[in-house]
Amino acid sequence: MTLREIQELLDAEILCGWEFLDKKIESVFASDLMSDVLAFANEKTLLLTGLVNAHTIRTAEMLDISAIVFVRGKKPDEETLELAKENKMVIMSTKHIMYVSSGILYTNNLKGASLPKK
Amino acid sequence: MEDVRKIKVKYMVEKDDFMRAGQASSNIKKILKKLGLDSQILRRVAIATYEAEMNIIIHSEGGFIELEIHPDKIRINVEDNGPGIKDIDLAMKAGYSTAPNKIRELGFGAGMGLPNIKRCCDEFNIKSSLGEYTRLELLIYNK
Ligand SMILES: Nc1ncnc2c1ncn2[C@@H]1O[C@H](COP(=O)(O)OP(=O)(O)OP(=O)(O)O)[C@@H](O)[C@H]1O
Ligand SMILES: [Mg+2]
Repeated sequence: MTLREIQELLDAEILCGWEFLDKKIESVFASDLMSDVLAFANEKTLLLTGLVNAHTIRTAEMLDISAIVFVRGKKPDEETLELAKENKMVIMSTKHIMYVSSGILYTNNLKGASLPKK
Repeated sequence: MEDVRKIKVKYMVEKDDFMRAGQASSNIKKILKKLGLDSQILRRVAIATYEAEMNIIIHSEGGFIELEIHPDKIRINVEDNGPGIKDIDLAMKAGYSTAPNKIRELGFGAGMGLPNIKRCCDEFNIKSSLGEYTRLELLIYNK
């Protein structure tokens, strides 16, 4: 599914990365815990999170995650957005809560990120 | 004789420096990317260095991360100035964390870092002396 379709499904506001909306996403990882994201997420994964600070962007950068949706209407500050732009990420903000956002994407056939083999 | 193909870079990491958290790891990732390293290996290095960098910032008195690029492997040396880890076996357990609540609010402190670093590396060595240092020696092969 493309990021553009995801944006429509979640009725999300694009905060940066308009030029990358045709990128395809294969799976989603939803978490507020960056420790877990670092342990379990892989690239081509969309990160769904309520944690809106620079560590979220840094974590995504390390994992080559190129798209983040902030839930519950949360938006990062300018500095954090700058960091996302530098890393060519798509950042969106949806009004939906985490549970609803996850449900919408799941029922539209986006699978959860697969856990790495030990 | 020093191997001329070896590149060495060192980054200082300060205690409680959440503003610059991730900069060392980000720089390391950029250097390796420029060298054309395989993206899977790049990710493993990035995750390991970022977890190690966060641990220095959160748990230690400050220290450094050193990157050594060899033709066949990436070596990462991490060292801080204490307080050291009393029980390394316990610290290595997934889920064990002494991080305070304010760290959890930043999205860290799940006790996943050290096991995650180990998982990302081909060779993992941790040494610590109470009141003195914690030292990680990490090797990731570049096959
Ligand atoms: N450099 C260090 N100096 C002193 N203690 C450390 C250091 N690194 C880790 N520890 C101790 O080991 C514990 C486990 O570390 P680990 O990185 O696995 O988890 P964490 O940092 O608490 O949480 P997470 O990494 O998931 O954000 C820490 O909570 C801390 O008590
Ligand atoms: Mg840690």
